[in-house]
Amino acid sequence: MNSLAKLLEAALFASPRPIPTEELAALEPEASPAAIQSALDELREHYDVDGHGVSLEDVGGGWQILTRPEYTEAIERAQMAVRPARLSAAALETLAIVAYRQPLGRAEIAEIRGVDVGAVIKSLHERGLIDVVGRAEGLGRPLLYGTTDAFLEQFGLRHLEELPRVDELSIALRKSIPDGVAAAEAPVVMVAAHEEPQLA
Amino acid sequence: MGLTPAAPRIASRVPNLPLAGVVAVTAIGPQAADGTFVVDIEGFNGPLDLLLSLLRDEQLDIYDIPVARVCEQFLSRMHELKLNEAAEYLEMAARLIRIKAQMLLPRKDGDDRWEDPRAELVRRLLEYQQMREVVDVLEKLGEDRRNRFGRTFMQQAAAPPPAPLALSLTDLLVAVDRVLRAASKPAMHDVVPRGLDVDGAMQTVRSILLLRASVRWRDVVRSDAEPWEVLSGLLALLELAKRSELHLTQPRPFADVEIRRELAGEAA
Repeated sequence: MNSLAKLLEAALFASPRPIPTEELAALEPEASPAAIQSALDELREHYDVDGHGVSLEDVGGGWQILTRPEYTEAIERAQMAVRPARLSAAALETLAIVAYRQPLGRAEIAEIRGVDVGAVIKSLHERGLIDVVGRAEGLGRPLLYGTTDAFLEQFGLRHLEELPRVDELSIALRKSIPDGVAAAEAPVVMVAAHEEPQLA
Repeated sequence: MGLTPAAPRIASRVPNLPLAGVVAVTAIGPQAADGTFVVDIEGFNGPLDLLLSLLRDEQLDIYDIPVARVCEQFLSRMHELKLNEAAEYLEMAARLIRIKAQMLLPRKDGDDRWEDPRAELVRRLLEYQQMREVVDVLEKLGEDRRNRFGRTFMQQAAAPPPAPLALSLTDLLVAVDRVLRAASKPAMHDVVPRGLDVDGAMQTVRSILLLRASVRWRDVVRSDAEPWEVLSGLLALLELAKRSELHLTQPRPFADVEIRRELAGEAA
């Protein structure tokens, strides 16, 4: 490995959170973006080809060194690290809605889930998985929520576009926009689906 | 219709969800007597969830819901599950009954303006079902990520408690003695209250004024007077002026104050 790759490796090892490429570039002002990228590639290849217990991953808008899944059980059995708790089904449902429909307010989430979501939103907000991204124009100017980088990291996503598109899901659904959310604010991921959904 | 029953997924759901409106339901056994299939369910995520699982279990067409039948089953399931208290379920029950009633209204054949009262419900069910698929995707992604550890801040291990001290009383007393010796003698400062002698100063001023009709400040207070003497002198002058025994004048600002015997006072 060249010295730049080693520097990046050291920085990624030291950092408790994913580091975006731009921040990595700050480590070595002399290095060009292309050099950083090739150093990252070199580091990733180093882990993959030489066979390491860790690998370099691009998640949540940044780079991170992660242990390989096959060693998780042994590590946890030896109590050297503990996996984070699973999200509840209610939290997952709410996250799914926010991820696809953001920005949107609590009322729209409740409408889709058919139950009150105040407590779930609070806990997701506290965990940093969703955040307030604005206010709707409607009555009372309700808070609008969106997903955060922590959400992407928790689900190992580089960006929201990595989530399956709505028309890739087995149930296609015509686009519907909840009241109060302007069409312009309609989610990026949500694409117009078939008018007549086809069920296999 | 290809809506595959997804009972295993439902059964595997986490009980006691931290969500208002979700009622923890004790598991109930399959009940095949009246033909209704009942799955073991720990808890539903709301009325849409319940309705969807009902449609799945009965293998019903989501686009052509037999409302009367579904409504009946929803109510009986609600009863079985003791969900009576949950407002959200009651609201759905009411909605189903309303749709059922609307379906019964007569309509003309070929009436284009007729809108299926079930349309809104179907839309919500499809939307919910779609969201459930996203949940499956997220669950899978989240699980993959959970199985990998990243670097985190190391929690500093708590330092072991210090070993107990081995000390004798003599050691302690020797240490105290050493400290007392080492400590320099503190500078003690006695503060003595010293009252003002206004009466005395008044006598002095009076006796001076008996000799001379007009005097100056310098004649009343010695130049090397201590602060208490200066203050006493000043207060005495003011007091005497108040009693009209003398007259204080100052020709111009910052000039010497002139102290004159008051004629009227003398007369009195």
